Amino acid sequence: MSFANLLGLWVAATLTIAILSFLYRDNPLYKFAEHVYVGVSAAYFIIYSAKFTMELQLINEFKSNLEAYLQQGSTSGLVEALLLIIPTILGILMLTRWVGPKIGWISRWPIAFTIGLGAGLGITGGIQGVLLPQVQATIEPLWVSPFSGANLWAAVGSLLMILGVVSTLIYFYFSRPHRGFIGVVSRIGIIFIMVSFGAAFGATVMARVSLLIGRLYFLVNEWIGGTIDFIQAL
Amino acid sequence: MKFIRWVTNIDRRIIFLLMFVVVLVPILIDIPLETDVGPTVEAAYTAVDTLPPGSVIMLSVDYDATSYPECHPMIVAVSNHAFSKGLRIILVAHIPTGLPLGQAAVEEAAFEYNKLHKQEYDAAIKQAITTYPDTSSVEFRQVREDAAVKYKKRYGVDYVNLGFRPGLASIMVGMGREIRDFYAQDYKSTDVDSLPMMKRVHNYEDIALLASFAHGKQVEYWIQYAGARYGQKIIAGVTGVVIPDLYPFLQSKQLSGLIGGLKGANEYEFLLGRKGLGTKGMPAQSTAHILVIFLIVLGTIFEFILSILSRRKS
Repeated sequence: MSFANLLGLWVAATLTIAILSFLYRDNPLYKFAEHVYVGVSAAYFIIYSAKFTMELQLINEFKSNLEAYLQQGSTSGLVEALLLIIPTILGILMLTRWVGPKIGWISRWPIAFTIGLGAGLGITGGIQGVLLPQVQATIEPLWVSPFSGANLWAAVGSLLMILGVVSTLIYFYFSRPHRGFIGVVSRIGIIFIMVSFGAAFGATVMARVSLLIGRLYFLVNEWIGGTIDFIQAL
Repeated sequence: MKFIRWVTNIDRRIIFLLMFVVVLVPILIDIPLETDVGPTVEAAYTAVDTLPPGSVIMLSVDYDATSYPECHPMIVAVSNHAFSKGLRIILVAHIPTGLPLGQAAVEEAAFEYNKLHKQEYDAAIKQAITTYPDTSSVEFRQVREDAAVKYKKRYGVDYVNLGFRPGLASIMVGMGREIRDFYAQDYKSTDVDSLPMMKRVHNYEDIALLASFAHGKQVEYWIQYAGARYGQKIIAGVTGVVIPDLYPFLQSKQLSGLIGGLKGANEYEFLLGRKGLGTKGMPAQSTAHILVIFLIVLGTIFEFILSILSRRKS
């Protein structure tokens, strides 16, 4: 291991310990590490966007298309170059909100464009990719005969799933008071919702513990282990 | 009674300390654990395993450092698997800070593959030198290239990193038409057409399998825009928090497999016969879960006792 690698390990380990120190109480070391993380992430995002979005996809693309038109008379090059002006203008208009309240309203145009695009993609994607396939997948055979070689538990699972879907939907049906039959079914719906919350909580605990394992594994094996290896190699 | 009150109002830092100890000890002491592979991970493994050699698999890096311990072992394991099956990898990212992590994971897998096959590669080159002493000859170069194809994983030939582009959904939809519309250059600004493995890859029709490694909603976007619209086969490797949201997509067969959390990574590594962070972290995961269950049960019982006592008093 080189000295530069060792230095990197020590920086990473120090920042990890600084962040973990928050578990005891808020302190300047934690705040320092937090700000470093936010700053580095923001700088990385800005550099990356400037290099790979602005430069590659806008400036270079515009230049090459314009050159193709000027040197070879390519009409498609001209069209492509002109098309790139539209998002550039929209991007600049987005910044008007920082100029002042007098022209700040212009930034609503690019925002409207973004919302329109997002809504169009979201609605079609939501219906085509989630709603219809999920409804289709809920329509399952209610009874699977164990004598036909099918799994009995699959039939139980299908019944449970349909009961869960219907009762949860009824729980969120607010046009009628939840009394009588609707009240009973909506209470069954609450049970299903609670089970799903429990599953989500369990999965979240597992995820957070995994993060701790990852950092402690790093501290023990890479940081301490790497430092010992480096000293032994000297 | 005093003890029960003390436990129910325990300083949370004591719980942190307990958690620290129960996670640290299994990391220091190697505790062997049996691995039981679940059907979702097995399905993901089969989806990769059954692809014919030479197929292209797209790995989408949709996580960053905050989910590294969970997602990194998965992407390394899938990359290892893909390389061992002779598959080619395209890396894309929808989180800029996740991109270097994905690149590191695929490079780690390529390094492991090259290290594993180094002797075979060296032997093939030695044999080639014996047969064709002139190392500048066309024949020698051909044999060297054949050996490299078989025993080495190289950037541009076996894997490429197309980098990050903003505009999640529109990119996913647009790639169904032509990848170059968004990724004309890779992450090093190299022209994509100059990379050998990209020559015949244009859209989802040329991608046999898409694997999204995510800590958020990105898998659902892939399902909506690449799966539903273009029929792209998708598997996912996600953090524990996301797992419950994706089960409906498994049931509807919109997802071909799911690797969930560190446990999922452990199961995939087990199927692959490889010991990564997933396998090494499982004992600590188990002891931590035992502590959480113990604390929840203890807290519930003590709170129940306290409520009975206060009711009797009143």
